[in-house]
Amino acid sequence: MTVARRYLFAAIAAAVLIGLTFVVPSFSSYQLATVCAYLCGIAGLTLLTGAGGQLSLGQAALMAAGAYSYALTANTMADAGTEGPLLLLLPLAAAVGGAAVLGLVIGLAAGRLHGPYLAGFTMALVVALPAVTSTFSSVLGGDQGLWITVEKRPTALRGMVSNEAWQAWLAVVCSVLVLTLLANLLHGRFGRELRAVRDNPVAAALAGINPARTKVTAFVISSAAAGMGGGLLAYTTQSASPGAYSLVFSLFLLMAAVVGGIGSLTGAVFGAVLLVALPHLISTATSRLQLSADLSQRLDGNLAVAIFGLVLVLVVLLAPQGIHGLLVRLRSRLRSRATPPRSESVPDSSFEPAPPSASTTTTRLSARHESEQLPATPKGQ
Amino acid sequence: MISSKLRLGTAVLAAAALGLASCASAEEGGEAAAPEDVPGITDTTVTVGTHQPLTGPAAAGYSTISPATQAYFDYVNDNGGINGRTIEYIVKDDGYNPANTQTAVREMVLQDEVFALVGGLGTPPHSAVLDFVNDNEVPDLFVASGSPTWNQPEDYPYTYGFMVDYPTESRILATYAQEEFPDKTYCFFGQDDDFGEEFQAGLEAVLGEDGLADAQVYSTANTDIAAQISSMKEAGCEVNFLATINGFSAQAVGTAAKLGYFPQWMASSAGGDFNTLSGYLGENTNKLLQGFVSANYLPGYSDAEDEWTAQFKEINEEYNAGAPFDGNTIFGMSIGYLFVEALKEAGENPTRESLLEALESGNVTGNGHTPLGFGEDSHRGYTGAMLTKVDNGVQSYFGTPYVVSGEEVEEYTEERPAMPADGLPE
Repeated sequence: MTVARRYLFAAIAAAVLIGLTFVVPSFSSYQLATVCAYLCGIAGLTLLTGAGGQLSLGQAALMAAGAYSYALTANTMADAGTEGPLLLLLPLAAAVGGAAVLGLVIGLAAGRLHGPYLAGFTMALVVALPAVTSTFSSVLGGDQGLWITVEKRPTALRGMVSNEAWQAWLAVVCSVLVLTLLANLLHGRFGRELRAVRDNPVAAALAGINPARTKVTAFVISSAAAGMGGGLLAYTTQSASPGAYSLVFSLFLLMAAVVGGIGSLTGAVFGAVLLVALPHLISTATSRLQLSADLSQRLDGNLAVAIFGLVLVLVVLLAPQGIHGLLVRLRSRLRSRATPPRSESVPDSSFEPAPPSASTTTTRLSARHESEQLPATPKGQ
Repeated sequence: MISSKLRLGTAVLAAAALGLASCASAEEGGEAAAPEDVPGITDTTVTVGTHQPLTGPAAAGYSTISPATQAYFDYVNDNGGINGRTIEYIVKDDGYNPANTQTAVREMVLQDEVFALVGGLGTPPHSAVLDFVNDNEVPDLFVASGSPTWNQPEDYPYTYGFMVDYPTESRILATYAQEEFPDKTYCFFGQDDDFGEEFQAGLEAVLGEDGLADAQVYSTANTDIAAQISSMKEAGCEVNFLATINGFSAQAVGTAAKLGYFPQWMASSAGGDFNTLSGYLGENTNKLLQGFVSANYLPGYSDAEDEWTAQFKEINEEYNAGAPFDGNTIFGMSIGYLFVEALKEAGENPTRESLLEALESGNVTGNGHTPLGFGEDSHRGYTGAMLTKVDNGVQSYFGTPYVVSGEEVEEYTEERPAMPADGLPE
């Protein structure tokens, strides 16, 4: 039932967003497509880091793997004279597959690492990316990257919808698909195993779970999601270049996951929206303010980074569970206020120990078990 | 619990998208109605946009270009504008990163509805938006890059170059090197993209297939180029051609000096501005850059006799808060001048079509030492270059300008366009 419901909601969400592209200007459609592409990467990180406890700074490299897989496949196919939907779907599949294969290779090594070692290892991936692309510049196009032949929107739609709207449709459908699959995994047996391994690998192993295999699987799934994001970015921007997948971008993805609320896919949505909206709002604001041309130009590029950093610090200090956690807490507070008898005796029930009633205890326990949130004090690290 | 979470997620997504929509649509409207609905044109304004590396690896060399263009536009606006319209100039930072250029240019074209793009900087960044601007039929003028990519009128009818292209520049430098430094060992150090590739191809066209003893490339993402420079030193390179942006020209000269290696440098105009280089090299600049040869085609910043330079210097004092006056300032103002000239030529009520017709007519001449290549079947920018040399900390022109037509490097003997009164196109 819950799975069926999840599909229903996914379909509704996709329909609403696609409907939106008919009313918003085409630049917003482009932004929506970008949000969806980022969302795939951030959601993958949510599964890996939030539920799996494996800190990865290399998500941008995996997105780049997706983008380059897309580019190479699409260009090869276009050279061979392929046209039509196949020129769109096969490269996207290649993007997911390519990133998943890289994820498997990395995962096999990364499964043995944890905490700062894993973070350092995955960061090295991103740092090495420009060196890799310039070493194989005959294939990967060096710094300039690859220019991609893309299948544009079907002829029947031309004149009806803008190219940006079409890109948004594709990105919405793909990202909703990715999110639904990730949600199914997180709420199913795999999610429970992953959280068990995160919380205590020894106990998980005693329970018959293979921690190493679970970790590697998580890495592969997370990479595949990132690959989809990279493929979508490659499609919308018609290019794959190392500059687009820098260390800064990788850190931004992690920041977005944290600020949104790491461990929850809803949080990933907040994070992705913020990642696109914040720089845009800041540059709009600086252009409205009557600053000197020189100052506003300098602020344009740097202020977004500074404010993003500030937001991250504030979130970590004030709302460790991110925007999502903040909203959940707010809602439960509002609810408890709406039922006066309980709210008077327990003003802030979320911080109180569970009441000794049998029924509440079981729900609490199961909630703890089901919860995708990181524990307040991470164990096993 | 799960479904409520998903419901929340859906609501959030929808709300966010609505938010994006509302803040985007708030941008529209407001402006006065445009005559014949030409994007970016109202009765009183013309809005143009550009993408520039105000941050990132190329910022130190190029971030002063757009303020100079802005200063020139301010000067024109204060003197009545063009046919009663003032120029509004939107500058977006892309950090020399093609992915950012994508967003910046889409924002300017789709949301701010610019009339044209003017002077978008950099080969990798601008390549990323070439299809997009041409699909949207936006005049894409005076791309600040020497890649021949911009000269493809059949595939990209809306795109026009500005700088002398790299193969032309490198042919001129190589020809000069053969005359001035015969029997020396020639080598090449360049950026690992079209810039380096095209430049090297031009050199080899003149010097022969194996005319270069060593060819090294760098990636803008990696600032350590000691390995490349050591290799050139070991190969016994005596004349080194540079297809580098300013930061890496300085890096090359500085790294070589640290290795006790002092070859003859011959740089592309994109990476040969003395003042910018001295910003990197510090107090040893004069010693390190003595004899440094570089191509250029615009008025020289140190040329006291030049009326363009004098005029631009004045504008710089008044409208650019007296920012340091260098090759980038001249570059920015020259792009501004060329656009104003084209806009004027496009008529009382310019349209995107009339703007392109103005350029094709050949009546738009610019202010360079060599002519522009604009015509019906050519969107090539400046067709040749002149050489500069650094002597005792002053970079100045010597010799005559050269143009390249086909494979041939020829001297260009005609006068360059005279400056109109007060540097305002007539």
